[in-house]
Amino acid sequence: MSFTNFSQIQQSIQSGDVSLSDIVQSYINNIEQKNDEINAVISFDREGALERADEIQQRIEDGSAGKLAGMIIGIKDLICEKDKQVTCASNILSNFESVYDATVIERLRNEDAILLGRLNMDEFAMGSSTENSVYGPTKNPVDTSKVPGGSSGGSAAAVAAEFCTASLGSDTGGSIRQPASYCGVVGLKPTYGRVSRHGLVAFASSFDCIGPLTNSVDDAARILETIAGPDPNDNTSSSRTVPNYTKFTENLDSNIKIGVPEEYFGEGLDEEIHKGIKNKLNELEESGAELVPIHLPHMKYSIATYYILATAEASSNLARYDGIRYGHRADIEDVEKDLKEEKEALEEQIKQAKGDTKQELVDQLNEMDSSLIGLYKKSRTEGFGPEVKRRIMLGTYVLSAGYYDEYYAKAQKVRRLIKQDFTEAFEEVDVIVSPTAPTTAFDLDSNQDNPVQMYLNDIYTTSANLAGICGINVPAGTHSNGLPYGMQLMADAFEEGKLFNAAKLVEQLN
Amino acid sequence: MSVTKKDVNYVADLARLKLSEEETESLANDMNQILDYMTTLEELDTSDVEPLEHVIDLEYRLRDDKAKEPLSHEDALKNAPDADTDYFRVPRVIE
Repeated sequence: MSFTNFSQIQQSIQSGDVSLSDIVQSYINNIEQKNDEINAVISFDREGALERADEIQQRIEDGSAGKLAGMIIGIKDLICEKDKQVTCASNILSNFESVYDATVIERLRNEDAILLGRLNMDEFAMGSSTENSVYGPTKNPVDTSKVPGGSSGGSAAAVAAEFCTASLGSDTGGSIRQPASYCGVVGLKPTYGRVSRHGLVAFASSFDCIGPLTNSVDDAARILETIAGPDPNDNTSSSRTVPNYTKFTENLDSNIKIGVPEEYFGEGLDEEIHKGIKNKLNELEESGAELVPIHLPHMKYSIATYYILATAEASSNLARYDGIRYGHRADIEDVEKDLKEEKEALEEQIKQAKGDTKQELVDQLNEMDSSLIGLYKKSRTEGFGPEVKRRIMLGTYVLSAGYYDEYYAKAQKVRRLIKQDFTEAFEEVDVIVSPTAPTTAFDLDSNQDNPVQMYLNDIYTTSANLAGICGINVPAGTHSNGLPYGMQLMADAFEEGKLFNAAKLVEQLN
Repeated sequence: MSVTKKDVNYVADLARLKLSEEETESLANDMNQILDYMTTLEELDTSDVEPLEHVIDLEYRLRDDKAKEPLSHEDALKNAPDADTDYFRVPRVIE
């Protein structure tokens, strides 16, 4: 017994053949059989989920169940669930338990979704492979020698491995769409502000979006319908009405205008993926779509712009981890011991030194950290992993006096140019198509030493976050290497309806 | 322009991180590599472009002036590395 999507579950329950707790149990069985190897699930709540299943089964029979009754959902480990551990796959939050529910969690529960477990990720959502996790890497269920992508790699792998019907991830520069492409599932990054960020641990606040990963476009639409909408706890959440998104996947319009940007099909793109996507486009054209060649001239600047702005925001957001109110705190005795040793070493050096060198050492001695500053530093240094430190350092650097204008202010200006490119393009077309990632999933351990190479995985995805528009990955085929690849569709801000329509057209070709 | 180990140590101090000699060296390396990639932005003339701070139009909303139940002491202190009944406990800071 296996359930890929929500409509299968609904049919099974309606037919009376299985109960909701049987369905939950089937997912638990999958986790127990395969998670040791895949490592997508950090923890799951068997008793809680089975109890909820009985309650909801009752409501289904009464006819009073919510519209996600039967949906079993996994949650990326950076979205707060009350009384559950929320670790962001980081040492610094290894003992952290949330004292409240994120808005998206409340909304899923209110519609009777069952929240089954917490999913692995790159630490603080920084990464493109889910290898930067304190729990160890997640593996791609299609081929376990490959990464699942990241940072929502646990969320993509869990859906692909049928550990849950759907999952929530977060997308700051591609972190939902890229792993969805690598694992062969649907992954939606909604418009910035469409879904409340209240209860999402912040990485880069002007980019972060929560969105669903699913095995069908319908399920993504259904979940967005539930989690979208204004929230008094997030002032950047939009008060625009939430449309009935599922209707866009029911009444399909195949006469759409699809923008095809030359810039996205150039150098660096795997040839088979290129051909595969072009074939899909031809099929869409045959069924009524119009393909419009377009230009997005500033796309080649998106990675540089993104990594300046996102690391700057991250360095500021992660300043809160100081070991005082929550999170890891270093041992104060160790801190004082380190400082004492440092002081003694300096005093010894001063005795030997002369002239300018001596003055420099004396200055160093006078400027030595207090025990409080020493405690902050040691707590943070012990708590954060290497990629998080790298990004905090970069972000701090681009914001520091003397470099702010050259990097941060410059990037904010280029961000406007990138957004303008899209605004102009969407005057002509309904959706824009591109690959989601330049390749299929890469080997575990293969990109760890080269940060720029790793960042280039996001080459097609960061621009949507820079412009605040919505984007979706739809599975588009299987490569001759056996791995899935996806295509990305993007639509203008708050045009998720158009996205679902186009995505469903692609899905039907498969 | 290139990031020196001294720059790395200065930035680490601002970021409240303490780096080993080895980390300082590899970070200087990484930062130079990444910042070098970022210089592509210099090709663009942006003198007439306003910086973009918000991707969507922000709406200014005021909540009703009504008191709500705040987080309880117990919840607020639940994750504290060290606390007594009412307060976070921190190391002595006045020497």
